[in-house]
Amino acid sequence: MALTGLEIYKLLPQTNCKDCGYPTCLAFAMKLAAKQAALKDCPHVSEEAAAKLESASAPPITLVELKGDDGAVKVGNETVLFRHEKTFYHKPGLFWRLRDTEDGDELKRAAAEADAYHVDYVGIDLYLDGFAVEAASSDPATFNAAISAVKSVSKKPLILIAPSGDLAKAGIEAAAGSRPLLHAANGENWEEMAEVAKEAGVPLAVQAEDLDGLAELTQKLKEAGVEELVLDPGVTSYRDSLEQLTSIRRLALKQTFRPLGFPVITFPGANSEVDETLLAAEQIAKYGGLIVLEEFNPASLYALLVLRQNIYTDPQKPIQVQPGIYEINSPDENAPLMATTNFSITYFSIANEVEGSGWPGWLLVTDAEGMSVLTAWAAGKFDAERIAKDAKTFDVEGKVSHRKLIIPGHVAVLSGELEEEMPGWEIMVGPREAVDINSYLKAMWSN
Amino acid sequence: MTIEIPKEKYTGAVREVTLGATADEGGTRAHTLTIGGESTLPYLQFEGTIPNRPALALEIRDRKPDDWSPLLLQAWGEAMDDPGEWAKAAEAAGADLIYMVLSLTDADGEPNTPEYARAAVRKVLDATSLPMAVVGPGQAEIDNELIVPVAEEAEGERLLLGICEEKNYRTIVAAALAHNHLVQSKTPMDVNLSKQLVILIHDMGLPLERIVMDPTTGALGYGIEYGYSVMERLRLAALGGDQMTQQPMLVNPGEEAWRVKEAKVGEGVPENWGDWERRALDWEAVTAIALVHSGANMLVLRHPETLRRVRSVLDDLLGSQS
Repeated sequence: MALTGLEIYKLLPQTNCKDCGYPTCLAFAMKLAAKQAALKDCPHVSEEAAAKLESASAPPITLVELKGDDGAVKVGNETVLFRHEKTFYHKPGLFWRLRDTEDGDELKRAAAEADAYHVDYVGIDLYLDGFAVEAASSDPATFNAAISAVKSVSKKPLILIAPSGDLAKAGIEAAAGSRPLLHAANGENWEEMAEVAKEAGVPLAVQAEDLDGLAELTQKLKEAGVEELVLDPGVTSYRDSLEQLTSIRRLALKQTFRPLGFPVITFPGANSEVDETLLAAEQIAKYGGLIVLEEFNPASLYALLVLRQNIYTDPQKPIQVQPGIYEINSPDENAPLMATTNFSITYFSIANEVEGSGWPGWLLVTDAEGMSVLTAWAAGKFDAERIAKDAKTFDVEGKVSHRKLIIPGHVAVLSGELEEEMPGWEIMVGPREAVDINSYLKAMWSN
Repeated sequence: MTIEIPKEKYTGAVREVTLGATADEGGTRAHTLTIGGESTLPYLQFEGTIPNRPALALEIRDRKPDDWSPLLLQAWGEAMDDPGEWAKAAEAAGADLIYMVLSLTDADGEPNTPEYARAAVRKVLDATSLPMAVVGPGQAEIDNELIVPVAEEAEGERLLLGICEEKNYRTIVAAALAHNHLVQSKTPMDVNLSKQLVILIHDMGLPLERIVMDPTTGALGYGIEYGYSVMERLRLAALGGDQMTQQPMLVNPGEEAWRVKEAKVGEGVPENWGDWERRALDWEAVTAIALVHSGANMLVLRHPETLRRVRSVLDDLLGSQS
């Protein structure tokens, strides 16, 4: 929690020397509290006070970054319990667990397949974030070889599941050049793990039976000099996960409880009694940080990636659809052409209705800066000029042989102007609501 | 070190609403179904009580639908040819209640009739002893024309009737009042609109204990985040003591998920969308689970496998109950 001006004032020299450029220490303290001044402007502040002030201004949940040879995953630094309060910032990383007991060629094949996995969701490229390689063999050389095999086909960030100093060292060696997460320090091995993590400068996961155990360990590790930590509360069920992850998030945010102010790692497939996809879905909604999947299934992964995208959308900046010309139900040159805006919900309502109606259609999605039809029209982002321009940009004349454009009923007023902007085109005024598209087309569109 | 888990103190609770009526209560249902009543955020039992489990409904139609996914046709098979058989199959699949949607037209495209709707509802009431919801096809005039005789036919059964929307609620509320039923109050993803319609319905004299609030949701990938956050805000308001937001929430992930391309279409989609059946089932189940965590008290589903999966999540979240 941020300190108040008065709390900061107590930590300052209180000499009113003006060297910081402010008339009094109190005035400077107020500026610091408002984040309008920086502590370094005071040349006299004691080291002890500086450390206190710095830690008080640190984010309540530490940001942890994993880097691959290419690409990175950042988790943590969340500030709210509910997305509507502000937004969730750092999407949970989705990783796939591989074991070094698998044959090297098979590992390469599996990792290459998962590495190549990409899906397009409203113009957003979605993919798996990385791999968690486990030293299931307990043999450093085998582990090293497995990591090298994965790295030979993928540049994604890694999590190294290596429960001893020796294994961790072997893993770090193989992962040289990247910044993996080491998993995990526990009550027994924490000193050796801390040493490896510290030397390699990589983040370290922490494992314990309960929150008390986690908090104790993170403090020891901090003292040992490892700052970037990830909590593994070992949750294996829906209820356990919800309760533990909620508690951790609340402690971090509401009480600035530093020992648990870290992102969380979970393994939703660890318990075979549990439906991995549904527990992962819960963890995406409720406070997961790094989510390691047991199974790589394209269908389920697609659903989880989309859920993550949705939950982590900034409520103030709705998802926009890429402007362009969209095909629905494999339209040909005679299919109806409809214009709308690129607000995702607007697009989806229309695309869904057209799709459900069975009509093949072309949807001209204009760049209205993510606003709905009426809002965009009122803001001048969805006018005749814009529609005509985008019709040209996206070459509608090359797509359809007819010259009829259907516009939303709410902007019927645009039709005259649009006919001027698009000579040779007949502008048809469609229904106001997407749900009426089917009946509109039945009545008005004849081939 | 002993860490104390931070607990919230709430001043309000979700209102309890009971559907269905047994013989003693003037109906014919084997048991009633109560939803709502919780005094905490979803499933945080360490700080409040959750006296009732969310109800899982399976949607059926008064006739076999023309536009449902082949995957659903496969799951229900011949049962879909008869609403009574379909309801029985839904009961066998573990539904807490039957959610029946009346069709706009008959199989030949002729408008549905009050006589047909009435008979279909009667069939279901006779075929199963579960509590029941009946909603119209979603066009104001026809909804009213069909729901009024249904309300009369099922007098005293405490059906959930719908769908009440801002533009069309009076007739349905009046029918619920006259024949002792409940209503579904649906508004488009907005906290204030949700409250407002509850107030309007309540003003007509229907007790709050007979109103279920449907805040509307989008499917996964199709606006679920809007409904999700509206539900979280409504629930926080309810727990904060705002009376008119305390109705239990109904959502329809089945309808939403099964009309999107990811669930509906098996061919001509990107290869990375994966296996069609698994994707479709995950689409419905993941949509449902997100809404479970944003506070849904009743979920309407379409596929029996989704019901089974969501049920097992709820069993763990709340402890299994026989």
